Amino acid sequence: MEFILSILIGILFTAAVYLILSRSLLKVILGTGLLSHGAHLLILTMGGLGGTAPPVVIDGVTDFADPLPQALILTAIVISFGVTAVMLVMAYRMYDVHRTDNMNELRGNDEHD
Amino acid sequence: MEFVLLIFLPVIFALLVPFAYKKIKGIHTGWFVLVVPLVLFGYYLSFLPLVMDGGHAISEMKWIPSLGIAFTSYIDGLSLLFTLLITGIGSLVVLYSVFYMDREKEDLGSFYVYLLIFMTAMLGVVQSDNTMTLYLFWELTSISSFLLIGFWYTKDKSRFGALKSMMITVFGGLMMLGAFILLSIMGETFSVRELIAQAPDLLNQPYFTLALVLLLLGAFTKSAQFPFYIWLPDAMEAPTPVSAYLHSATMVKAGIYLVARFTPIFGSASTWIWLVTGIGLLTLFWGSFFAVKQTDLKAILAFSTVSQLGLIMSLLGAGAISYHATAAMFGFATYAAIFHLINHAAFKGGLFMIAGIIDHETGTRDIRKLGGLMSVMPISFTVAAIGSLSMAGLPPFSGFLSKEMFLESMVALQHFELFNFDTWGILFPIVAWIASVFTFTYSMYFVLKTFIGQKKFDQLPKQPHEAPIGMLISPMILATIVILVFFIPNVIGKWIIKPAVMAVQPTLYASPSAVDIHVKAWHGFGAAGLWLTIGVVVFGTLLYLTIPKWQPLYRIQPDKLSLNNGYDAMMRGSEKGLNRVSRLYMTGKIRTYLLYMFAFMSVTIIAILFIKDAFVLDMNSFTAITLYGSLNAIVLILSVGFVVFAKSRLAAIIALGGVGYSVALFFVIFKAPDLALTQLVIETVSVALFLLAFKHLPALSTHGETKRNKMVNLIVSLSVGVMVTLVALSSHSQKMIPSISQYYKDTVETEAAGGNIVNVILVDYRGFDTFFEIAVLAIAGIAVLGMIRLRVSRKEPTDENK
Repeated sequence: MEFILSILIGILFTAAVYLILSRSLLKVILGTGLLSHGAHLLILTMGGLGGTAPPVVIDGVTDFADPLPQALILTAIVISFGVTAVMLVMAYRMYDVHRTDNMNELRGNDEHD
Repeated sequence: MEFVLLIFLPVIFALLVPFAYKKIKGIHTGWFVLVVPLVLFGYYLSFLPLVMDGGHAISEMKWIPSLGIAFTSYIDGLSLLFTLLITGIGSLVVLYSVFYMDREKEDLGSFYVYLLIFMTAMLGVVQSDNTMTLYLFWELTSISSFLLIGFWYTKDKSRFGALKSMMITVFGGLMMLGAFILLSIMGETFSVRELIAQAPDLLNQPYFTLALVLLLLGAFTKSAQFPFYIWLPDAMEAPTPVSAYLHSATMVKAGIYLVARFTPIFGSASTWIWLVTGIGLLTLFWGSFFAVKQTDLKAILAFSTVSQLGLIMSLLGAGAISYHATAAMFGFATYAAIFHLINHAAFKGGLFMIAGIIDHETGTRDIRKLGGLMSVMPISFTVAAIGSLSMAGLPPFSGFLSKEMFLESMVALQHFELFNFDTWGILFPIVAWIASVFTFTYSMYFVLKTFIGQKKFDQLPKQPHEAPIGMLISPMILATIVILVFFIPNVIGKWIIKPAVMAVQPTLYASPSAVDIHVKAWHGFGAAGLWLTIGVVVFGTLLYLTIPKWQPLYRIQPDKLSLNNGYDAMMRGSEKGLNRVSRLYMTGKIRTYLLYMFAFMSVTIIAILFIKDAFVLDMNSFTAITLYGSLNAIVLILSVGFVVFAKSRLAAIIALGGVGYSVALFFVIFKAPDLALTQLVIETVSVALFLLAFKHLPALSTHGETKRNKMVNLIVSLSVGVMVTLVALSSHSQKMIPSISQYYKDTVETEAAGGNIVNVILVDYRGFDTFFEIAVLAIAGIAVLGMIRLRVSRKEPTDENK
């Protein structure tokens, strides 16, 4: 299963980077969303996908999943939500002010070189 | 006592200066500062008896012992001579500055702080036995000189001059560092003394000549030798006390010191003799010739300093000949160099102070506007006349003695028979003599045009009058020394010069008294020096009288061919060229920068994985493939494809939601219920947020991306994907250290009294992490709110450069 997931993570990262490099701001934001999904699965896979039960201590169960990656991912999910929210609002304001979502046009002006 | 600490006395005292300046308004800050050089001068005088007998003193303070770098104060004849110059002239300059620098108008706090930093740096240069600390102090002198030249930083010329001196001297300093490193490789030590002890072995080492040239670059830039002298005239924008101190008496002599100090190592090489003597003479001639062209008093003195430094340099080069020929006349040269160095410090310091006085009392330094000041400024005139006549090499002033020794040494050069000197040697006395004629001319030019001749007081910005007595004390003391030395040259010789000569040529002399030289003013009619001096006076007077006739000759040299123009072109060119280079890769587009980062990251990591054999694939550690897992993977891939290729915004956002939900399903499959729940909630909120925002965003567009752009993007993103896959596989396959998870599993009930390990980690074991995570979310929330609600009024764009 780890093998399949590793490839899946690779696909997620490829798609994410491809979108981030594009010129449309919305695509960049979509890309960061994919990037965080990829990162979460990466943490999970690196730790190992074994275990037959959730990491909750109940009498009689000894083989449960690794709790550490899960704790890390839980934090990461919430933070990535914060990042997405800020980026979306920033894009909204940016478009409001500059009337463009072309990354090439959003490069400052020569005055501030 | 560890006298190495005394090097730092000025800089420690500098910490107190700003307080004295701010709190004690009634007294000029200079009076407090004056204590430092005076105390040091008095203390270092106590080394005289020891050094006079050929002894030396060492004091060491460890700095980086593991690298062999230490602050070592090594006091022998040479370093004591310079130390006394630094502290002695330093005292006089500080005294002079008390009257020169206005307490009300000038920022005295900064001025004296810079001056004290310089004092420490200069003491460090001449006393350090460790080449690394020598380099450190060397650069510190450049930096303090930069600060002092740019002291009146509102003037464009000051800033230009400061930068120019810094560029040139720091370049030289770096070259010198190269020489030190080469020397330390060859001799396996940073200590100058130990290097000198191995001098004969170093001679045949492969890097010897390279180290020699690099070291000379350092010395020549600092001591304003041709063609690096161009920074010195521009450094005249500094306040006059600084010019008198740094740019005539001490800092510019650091290069002389360096050459003298390293003569025992390099002196026996023919390259050394040719370069030091040749460049020295060329500088001597060049400086004296162009001094007459100048119209600014300080510029005349600057060129004359350049020329006199060349004179001392050439004497040091000629002195090195004594390694090959034992004839007494060559040993003469080193003695003359040291002697002239002292004399120059005395008369040039005084002349600079007079130039400052004239500037201060008349409001101008332009020699064309000055004239006839003798009647109103008789004391200044007397001092200036003494200084100028000494500089011109006339009796009864000290300059006469050393100048005559210089001419004798140059005449002697033609009798040296090694290294082609027998064919070219005749050039040396000729060039030296011509330069001396010009030296005589500009000395007369300086003093006569200013003090004698027509009175033009109506052209002056201020009504001239004699300077306050306090300002005159320092130049008068220096003038007295100039006369005194003429009558007691051999006393100075015994106390100061002979120990210094012994330090320069330790292999030739066992003790200072072995330096068998007796200075005389009169050698009889047969002496070559006498007739050369008479010739100098005759031709110099002729040249002076005819200045108006031949001065226009200087205009023949087009400005475009001057060294200054070359420097300017180089600075402009490097600025433009480097700007163009950085524009090549700094496009201002985020995509470009991200491309660099992603490409660099993936290439480096993949390369390291394979070079270091870090990629390991352990199929046995993998868990079995399940049906649900595989199906979910297919769903996820399809959703990702939709996100990338969707034509409409709505489809892309919904597909992104699909990716999120299938990731949540993976969490279910891999026994992570908490994650699955969180992911479902967050994903739902995210999609809602996207939908809210997308109403305000334009339709998806490629914005004219070319095929080529897309190909580059694809290649880079594929390499990132491959890199991540490889890292995921190999980090799963090899665990170098055991995970901390076991600890959590074991202690979750006993230590934290909980059952759900993930939750307990978040709120208990890593409670603070979670706490700060909440803080981050709160900040993000405030940012979101702020960006939606706040409207910044549209202001005119502000340009911070204006």
